[in-house]
Amino acid sequence: MPSNKQLVVSAIKDGTVLDHIPASNVFKVMNLLGLQNAENQITVGFNLESGSLGRKGIIKVAGRFFKDSELNRIALVAPLATVNIIKDYEVVEKKTITLPDEIIGMEKCANPLCVTNHQPIKTKFAIIKEDNSIKLACHYCEKVTEIVYL
Amino acid sequence: MPKSLISIHDFSKDEILHILDIAKFMEKNRCQKILDGKVVACLFFEPSTRTRLSFETAANRLGARVIGFSDTANTSISKGETLKDTIKMVSNYVDMIIMRHPLEGAARYASEVCDLPVVNAGDGANQHPSQTLLDLYTILQTQGRLDNIRINMVGDLKYGRTVHSLLQALCHFNPEFIFTAPDELKMPQEYKTLLDSKGFPYEETSSLTEHLNDCDILYMTRVQGERFSDPMEYEKVKNVYHLKADMLGGVRDNMKILHPLPRVGEIAEDVDNTPYAYYFKQAENGMYVRMAIISYLLGYNN
Repeated sequence: MPSNKQLVVSAIKDGTVLDHIPASNVFKVMNLLGLQNAENQITVGFNLESGSLGRKGIIKVAGRFFKDSELNRIALVAPLATVNIIKDYEVVEKKTITLPDEIIGMEKCANPLCVTNHQPIKTKFAIIKEDNSIKLACHYCEKVTEIVYL
Repeated sequence: MPKSLISIHDFSKDEILHILDIAKFMEKNRCQKILDGKVVACLFFEPSTRTRLSFETAANRLGARVIGFSDTANTSISKGETLKDTIKMVSNYVDMIIMRHPLEGAARYASEVCDLPVVNAGDGANQHPSQTLLDLYTILQTQGRLDNIRINMVGDLKYGRTVHSLLQALCHFNPEFIFTAPDELKMPQEYKTLLDSKGFPYEETSSLTEHLNDCDILYMTRVQGERFSDPMEYEKVKNVYHLKADMLGGVRDNMKILHPLPRVGEIAEDVDNTPYAYYFKQAENGMYVRMAIISYLLGYNN
């Protein structure tokens, strides 16, 4: 990458760079993308300085390109993440994360009396977007829980 | 998938009014053998008297037969059978499932694992839509209208599912609310936000007498010990309101007192003999409304 500035996390030749991840959610993003068992070369940066997030995390995955449906899984933990597709050290495409209208089988319901916490049921939430937060409305117990960012 | 009644949100305003219409017909014609040959399952995974008996009576009055259980001790559930298996098994035998379950969302889940109409007769602290419909029926019966009702909700407004569902259903009808509750049991913010967003007025008080004289409906509720995790909290608030006949001197002529029952100490027995007491008639109405729900979901619309 033609730049005079030194990169904190070294560049990759081909692959995907996930930037602007909240520093505290880097591990969650790794898990949601199934990277904990991947064999690709992965470099991770924690607590890097960021203008918008304060401290951010960055994940660079060499030799791996994600489908949009995979990327959107991280919408709840890193809604402001940017995704750069790298080919031969150049950014060839930039993507942003799209919050889906509902998520199935990913989050646990926060209500201890919800039937999904007692029976083998895939959770299902409608996502309600608001300015600085996202709310999850459980399809089963109808409870709404709030996830606050930043 | 056939139409089920899981949450009051499942019915539009028109459907609600249609159910109330059918209920009115049922009240005039208490025996309708339109469901002759049908079998209805009443699955009560949690104890209940009024709701179970009125659903069973409603099914019987329509000519249907009823099977089921009223507690889980003598069933395969005590052997660890999953809810899905119980529902799937029963759904092979019957034409409709009416169920109460202590876990929230259980009825919604049941409606997804079988191909029958399911009626939620209470899922934990979540929904109890037949109660809401019978409350609406009773308000309509006593006031001659549902629009522009000024209703004073009293007691446990924090955990009480009946008041939450009734509040949501009344939002179809331009209501005004008074919330009478001790600080520990105040109406949760989410419902007040809902009213704010729709522009419906509400006032809050902790005094039972403050708004007795300026409401059309006094909706009393029991403080439910079983919903408290801390017994000390329950002791503090359990006897906070006690309505007596001599407090009713200045109320509106059309005012009626409703209560989902059972009552424990909220309404003194001397109130029963005043013209304002309507909770026993309200409980009776439950049967007509449940007849209406059962027949509507099984496809009998007229």
